Amino acid sequence: MSTITATSTTTFASALNTAMSDAMEADESVVVFGEDVGTLGGVFRITDGLTKRFGANRCFDTPLAESGIAGTAVGMAINGMRPVIEMQFDAFAFPALEQIFSHIAKMANRTRGRVRLPIVIRIPYGGGVGGVEHHCDSSEAYYAHTAGLKVFTPATAADAYLMLREAIDTDDPVVFFEPKKLYWSKAPEDLSTLRQTYESDSAHSRQIGAQGQAVVVREGTDVSIISYGPSVATAVKAAEAAAEDGISAEVLDMRSLVPFDEAGLIRTVEKTGRAVVVAEAQGFVSVASEITARIQERCFHSLASPVLRVTGFDIPYPAPKLEEHHLPDVDRILDALDEMQWED
Amino acid sequence: MDDPKTTPEPGHEKAEQASRIFEASRSFGITPEQYMLPAQQQIRMLDAQGTLVPVEQQGTGPGHEYPIPEDEVLLKAYAALVAGRRINDQNYALVRQGRLAVYPSSHGQEACQVGAALCLEPGDWMFPTYRDTVSVISRGVDPLEVMVSFRGDWHCGYDPKEHRVGAMSTPLTTQLLHAVGVAHAAKLRGEDSVVLAMCGDGATSEGDFHEALNFAAVFEVPVVFFVQNNGYAISVPLSSQSAAPSLAHKAIGYGLAGEQVDGNDMVAVLATLRRAVHLARENSMPLLVEAVTYRMQAHTNADDETRYRDREEVEQWKRKDPLLRMQTFLTSEGILDDDAAGRITDAAEKVASSLRQAMTAEPAENPLEIFDHVYTAPTAQLLAQRAQLDDELQRATTTEGAQ
Repeated sequence: MSTITATSTTTFASALNTAMSDAMEADESVVVFGEDVGTLGGVFRITDGLTKRFGANRCFDTPLAESGIAGTAVGMAINGMRPVIEMQFDAFAFPALEQIFSHIAKMANRTRGRVRLPIVIRIPYGGGVGGVEHHCDSSEAYYAHTAGLKVFTPATAADAYLMLREAIDTDDPVVFFEPKKLYWSKAPEDLSTLRQTYESDSAHSRQIGAQGQAVVVREGTDVSIISYGPSVATAVKAAEAAAEDGISAEVLDMRSLVPFDEAGLIRTVEKTGRAVVVAEAQGFVSVASEITARIQERCFHSLASPVLRVTGFDIPYPAPKLEEHHLPDVDRILDALDEMQWED
Repeated sequence: MDDPKTTPEPGHEKAEQASRIFEASRSFGITPEQYMLPAQQQIRMLDAQGTLVPVEQQGTGPGHEYPIPEDEVLLKAYAALVAGRRINDQNYALVRQGRLAVYPSSHGQEACQVGAALCLEPGDWMFPTYRDTVSVISRGVDPLEVMVSFRGDWHCGYDPKEHRVGAMSTPLTTQLLHAVGVAHAAKLRGEDSVVLAMCGDGATSEGDFHEALNFAAVFEVPVVFFVQNNGYAISVPLSSQSAAPSLAHKAIGYGLAGEQVDGNDMVAVLATLRRAVHLARENSMPLLVEAVTYRMQAHTNADDETRYRDREEVEQWKRKDPLLRMQTFLTSEGILDDDAAGRITDAAEKVASSLRQAMTAEPAENPLEIFDHVYTAPTAQLLAQRAQLDDELQRATTTEGAQ
């Protein structure tokens, strides 16, 4: 997986792996560590081959302690490294929250910009993979709520590569949420082309930048379905189904929750006049709530219908037997579209 | 036949770390356990009156040798002790005058504070807590910069990278892991800098204490964990904090050496820390030093110590004051004369006076700067909020002008 072949198909996982190995190749200060990331290559094999290629000084296993991983990353970043750390599963990151919230997020501010921590915290997240309890959480709201952290979540293999490269290259700490149900999805992408694009002009190939850059992944005129990460594919399927009912739905992939592309959000809602926000996380006090509130504040006069949310229920994740009832799916999004006000 | 004691079960081979400890202990002619466990008694060079303790009663022995530092270093330490005490007491007064928001004083712990700074080389690092102001100043950071956060400003005041001193940490023991990371980065680059990681007795109950010691031992990095056991975590005494024979005993569980030292004995603290730093650098190994000392004042100005300890206990510790002991010792040895003592007091007075002046002046803060360092470039949302505050400030100025 660590070597690139001439094939023009790649998996999401391979895109992430290649992004890390390319970043390590480009910059000696990039180091990768976490639980099982060395010899094993990670439980999802995302770091496969990195230790073999770059040596145990550049990609290594740590003792089993997430706060230790995050706290050590702080020190390494203070002393000139660019750590890329892996939290094995979303809910296993919780022991690291004090280090992430109290130090990683705040060190630049506390030191008046003198100490920046270019740390990437990779977190496989979300459900739909049959995982048991603690393995399927969507915990992005906690991080997005914490000032000082950037929060990226790619929905395509191309973004997985480009956004991870950008995350590693940015001087701000980035929490990088990887939708685990996309890991083995295949896409017609040529990683060597993406690498050339990024390395020949990384400034212009940056997907997120300082202000965020949401992308319209499907054009439409009647309603905007706004989503990110694992829900983008579901949103696109729902839009295709809605088209059969004569509804033209536009799908917006936020890609980055922090920074948040408010201008891109406003553009699509002003164009369509209707919005449904889709996310796997439980909806109460969520990123979906924030998006909905911003639409209401900024686009009130363009709205033809109340803004709706289609999210996970406000329950602990019901993995794995009942997860299909919990996760937002095409039908639930279509129901929301039905519920909207369509007459003037 | 395999010796069951030396042949591990397959898959259970001992970490390489163990062999380093074995190597070190062999070089001292003692067992690894004898090396990792603290000496039979606290390391002490001066008795409570400041008289040099006979060598055989200092607690030292093979693998636990602590040569007394040179006169010049001792004199430097004394100057820093006097300045440290003056800084503590000046800051305490400034809190009472309302000039500082808070000041966790290290009054009584100055020997530890000074030792922590003087044991390090310029290329080494220090990771202090909120009670380690005197250490940070003794390391050479401008006292006025160090005090900025206690005045109530939103940032730490000094440049951690310039001085190789972490921002004084409030969340307990979180900084120990930062120390491990700094040491690990240095090791990967082939540098030999040592990192001193500081915490208190209460902090040893935190999970990050455990994780930091374990990571340091497994990574084999030169971190000296320096625990100032001052008897209390706000109101909770050590007996409610730990059932270990001593905090220095905690080291062996992680595969590193621990030592306990009289924290009110400037000579012993400096000797022990210097030796620990040397061993850490030579062997690329972490060590733990526990200094037994006492917090002579309340936790902070917001604390009422009479609710949890007797005056008599405080009085007893007063008789072990690190300053008097050091002064008596240096004078009797002829290292400190009246001239030097006078110069040292004057220098301390100068620092106190500059603190008084600086902390009495109203800081010229720019409120808009609170948005500037959250990210390398402010987000659209922060720019909007910055504009909002700017507008509020301008309207406030206009209103004031009109009145």
